[in-house]
Amino acid sequence: MGLYEISLATVVGINIILAVSLNLITGYCGQISLGHAAFYGIGAYTAALLAKIGWPIYLTLGAGFFLAGIAGAVIGLTSLRVREDFLAIVTMGVAFLFVGIVRQQEFLGGEMGISGIPSPGMTKPAYLCLVLIIALLAILFSWYVKRSWMGYAFDAVADDEQTAKTLGLDIKSYKITAFAMGTAMAGLAGGLYAYYTRFIIPDAFGFIQSITILSMVAVGGIGSIFGVVLATIFLSLMPEIFRFINDYKLLLYGILLFSVMRFAPDGLAGFYKLLYKKRNLR
Amino acid sequence: MTAILLADSVTVKFGGLTALDNVHFSVEEGEFLSLIGPNGAGKTTLLNAITGVVAPVSASLKLGGNDISNLPTYKRIRMGLALTHQIVRPFTSMTVLENVAFAAGFKKVKRILSSLVTFNRMPEKKKAAQFLEIVGIDEYRDQEVFKLPLGVLKRLEVARALAVEPKILLLDEPLAGLNSQEAGKLADTIKGISKLGMTVVMIEHNLSEVLRISDRLHVLDNGRDLAEGEPKSVMKMPQVRAAYLGG
Repeated sequence: MGLYEISLATVVGINIILAVSLNLITGYCGQISLGHAAFYGIGAYTAALLAKIGWPIYLTLGAGFFLAGIAGAVIGLTSLRVREDFLAIVTMGVAFLFVGIVRQQEFLGGEMGISGIPSPGMTKPAYLCLVLIIALLAILFSWYVKRSWMGYAFDAVADDEQTAKTLGLDIKSYKITAFAMGTAMAGLAGGLYAYYTRFIIPDAFGFIQSITILSMVAVGGIGSIFGVVLATIFLSLMPEIFRFINDYKLLLYGILLFSVMRFAPDGLAGFYKLLYKKRNLR
Repeated sequence: MTAILLADSVTVKFGGLTALDNVHFSVEEGEFLSLIGPNGAGKTTLLNAITGVVAPVSASLKLGGNDISNLPTYKRIRMGLALTHQIVRPFTSMTVLENVAFAAGFKKVKRILSSLVTFNRMPEKKKAAQFLEIVGIDEYRDQEVFKLPLGVLKRLEVARALAVEPKILLLDEPLAGLNSQEAGKLADTIKGISKLGMTVVMIEHNLSEVLRISDRLHVLDNGRDLAEGEPKSVMKMPQVRAAYLGG
């Protein structure tokens, strides 16, 4: 693999972690979030700042993980008061708030962002391996959650909160946990991104990035790990392979998101299920 | 007999509308109590106030001697209440069996951390199969819920409520929307559950079934207590007849 392919594969790995993390919140627990990139940003800024004062990589990544998770739990608290479309608006606010605050803070580099982030201290192929291993762990973790009773409870919350409550489920704790787990994972992805580009600006974690992550989850099929990973790989590589698409990336994501919601709410995973069922009928 | 559920001075307001006005409601252990009254009398609101789905202006609620007035809904359920909905609300991503098995696993999802390291769903599925048998829908166990007729879903509501192992079963119009034959059969099933020792509170408009299976009636009208007592004598009371027939 050349440097270009390695760099591309690293981006795909980071995007997989991001998409899988949002899938925990939106796919499993049914809580829509339009501000996921903010937590990605919290992880990136935390790791970048700590790396610059000389912390080793595993500590900076860990700090980004925890800080993003704590922020996510706090936002999760707001999700207890609002639902569905209102939650979408609150989390959208979080996305704008993050960029708005970061732009004004001198110690966060303001508009100029943070440059000169130290290298992760390993070769590019080795870093790619680290990213892919973490992506694999993220996939395994979400598969594990799905099979556990926690995943069962998430299903119930996503289906019908009110009924879950009248069956004795403490839905508040489950929602906060989903937010904390998903956002912590996004924070980790942010740290990995900071070491990868070694230069971060606020706009990389804006509303557009949040929508990009949501497209990956929605196109893949909300809740399905397999579909989400596949869609992430596809959506991350497509603008690279077909260069001319890059200029129209947002338009394309918008169209995709709309078409999926309108025509195939179950995404790629839904198509697979449909095919599988038809074969069974024969 | 002792009161297992005691609701005193329950007042619920929706904005300027008083839905329940100082209602007193008690349930004896093991009895089959039907809560009746004209549309808008506040029957569902009373059940919602008891389970905490609706926040009352004032209410003193005691379940088995414990004060539950200030507990959140899920804690009241864990203390022994179970509720079925007037409009069926199955979990649509699950099969019939999974719906009930989830309810039966209420102990496994009690603590969030332990729910993450608990996997085995077999014991709950076995239990769930028994509850499906009690309500008579075990033949549908592996079907997706959205394809099923209302009669099955109404029974699924009851099975799921039983699965949380309550002390009191609160049923909100379990017979509504069923034809008279189906309604009669489900009424028999519910009576059977009651005979197994379960305390049952049922909201129902189907008076012939109510009179056939209830031990006692509690009548609400316009958010106020109207009457309560043995079914036949309650139905003879002039104020009850007036509420139902107008006049």
